[in-house]
Amino acid sequence: MNLIQFMGALEIGFIYGLVAIAVLLSFRILDFPDLTVDGSLPLGAAVCAILIVSGVDPWMATGCAILAGMMAGFTTAWISVRWNILHLLASILTMTALYSINLRIMGRPNIALLGEKTIFTPLENLSSLENISYLRHYILPLATFVIAGFVLLLIYRFLSSEKGLAMRATGANSRMAKAQGIAVNRQILFGISLSNGLVALAGAIYAQYAGFADVTSGVGTIVVGLAAVIVGEAIFNPKVILMALIACILGSIFYHLAIAVALNVSFLGLQAQDLKLVTAVIVGLAMVTPKLRAKILDFKASRGQA
Amino acid sequence: MSNANVVKKTLNALLLSLSLNYSSLADSPPKHIAVTQYVEHVAADAVRQGLLEELAKKGYRQGKNLTVNFENAQGNAATASQIARQFAGLKPDVIVAITTPSAQTMVKTVGKDSTPIVFSAVTDPIAAGLVSSLNDHKGKVTGVMDAPPIKEQVEFIKTVLPTAKTIGLLYNPGDNGSVSSLETIRKVAKAQGFNLVESTPYKSSEIQAAVLQLVGKVDAIYIPLDNMIVSAMSSVASLALKHNLPLFTADGGSVKDGAFACVGYSYLKTGHKTGEVVAEILNGRDPSEIAVASPSTIDIFINRHALEKLNIVLPESVQTQAHFY
Repeated sequence: MNLIQFMGALEIGFIYGLVAIAVLLSFRILDFPDLTVDGSLPLGAAVCAILIVSGVDPWMATGCAILAGMMAGFTTAWISVRWNILHLLASILTMTALYSINLRIMGRPNIALLGEKTIFTPLENLSSLENISYLRHYILPLATFVIAGFVLLLIYRFLSSEKGLAMRATGANSRMAKAQGIAVNRQILFGISLSNGLVALAGAIYAQYAGFADVTSGVGTIVVGLAAVIVGEAIFNPKVILMALIACILGSIFYHLAIAVALNVSFLGLQAQDLKLVTAVIVGLAMVTPKLRAKILDFKASRGQA
Repeated sequence: MSNANVVKKTLNALLLSLSLNYSSLADSPPKHIAVTQYVEHVAADAVRQGLLEELAKKGYRQGKNLTVNFENAQGNAATASQIARQFAGLKPDVIVAITTPSAQTMVKTVGKDSTPIVFSAVTDPIAAGLVSSLNDHKGKVTGVMDAPPIKEQVEFIKTVLPTAKTIGLLYNPGDNGSVSSLETIRKVAKAQGFNLVESTPYKSSEIQAAVLQLVGKVDAIYIPLDNMIVSAMSSVASLALKHNLPLFTADGGSVKDGAFACVGYSYLKTGHKTGEVVAEILNGRDPSEIAVASPSTIDIFINRHALEKLNIVLPESVQTQAHFY
């Protein structure tokens, strides 16, 4: 693996770290399995891209993308809460509808952002200056790190506030939370909106990073997000909420590093089509290793006693 | 006699044979190209095959004086970005990006001014933001576009099936290639006096239902250049055949998979054209001087099995020109 590729894995890892945090909010904290994600990621990309090519400021466009994502999340939560429809089904409905909506928003399946002004443009201009061109490899990872870190802190602040604690209580034990006077439904509505707003933010950033928005780019987002959450939990075994958030981002980075490694194993006789298998094996090994180590330690300890 | 000696001998023999066969290239250092595509399907695979064949013809042989890296994003946008990063770091002599999303990711990551990028199987490189103009473009990005010859394709349906009135159009509304050709298809179909019935599956799992929806309503099915449907071609083809519907496609490779007929560029030829462009760059030409090319010839492809099953009699002119699978 070369340096550029390593840095690339970091960048994508940070961007998809936002998705992982969003999935942590829905799946873990609110106990609300939400598949809207596969639609709200391209939704964020679509809204952001169409606004940018129409001449809107990229930061403004990114903000609108977040709002659009929150609306998508709200729709899912509302269908589920108001009409008492199973969360998975509600999110599948929204996700399916979003595919058509995204096509409508963009007017075509693919919008190119190559050469358009994006939030990364000032950094790209800076790093293309002759005397500091070496910065190029470090400046984008740094920028995505700052974005992910900023979002992480905001979410952490929120989750440790009184409102956030009410949300966590809702997911942990909704009947108990209700008994404590928490408006459970409102927590779900807000939490899922927030989660999808984050995913749309990731989509908007990704579109500007990759240079295009494509309706098909959402496929498998939930899998990547969930994998990052679970890998983070397995490796870092977080006990407090701050660690859980950090583990999401680290999990996402680890997942994308695994892909980067998988891209480089052709010398083993593996071919391009084996990529997903290799990725799965690496991630699987990473998750099993801590448990295996614990088992071995247990075994040694029991032998020591005997 | 040690192993090392044997290896040395073989290497020498190899070098000798190389220098005999390609004396002009024997002393130039080996070249390196990196190839990527967005998804697996017959068409993109054929482009790659054509590319390597053409390069071999031009004296660049994989494993001898040409190293080829190949990666496939398997349909995942983030993976495509990571592949782009990997290639940016590898700094090969030429990067070949097959299909639109792969090419866009590559241009964004590598930039237009560093490693030469040759795109292929891109329908509309200007709309995709890859080049500013087909002939007069700056930067090191060029390639081969394969906007299908829609007019010829629709006219061909008329030639083969003079009595056909209604055509079923099967495409994925999320596919840039097919959507960008829709307007032309509708116009040309109208000019030929065809009624169009559109059926639009969004996912691979919906294709079968979409085909069945057309059964009984149409005289033939036409599929534009559509990534998703091309990758499911064999099942679409057998389904259409079962219901006695002639299936026309926009790419020759699909005919191999069982579709009835196609007029168009074979992806193999697109690949050959791509190989020509790559070879020119490897020989030292500046990519900005190379205009975006199209495959040079239009071919007719007919599937023999489907032809017999459908009981269609081909006009003499088609019969003589066509390639049969």
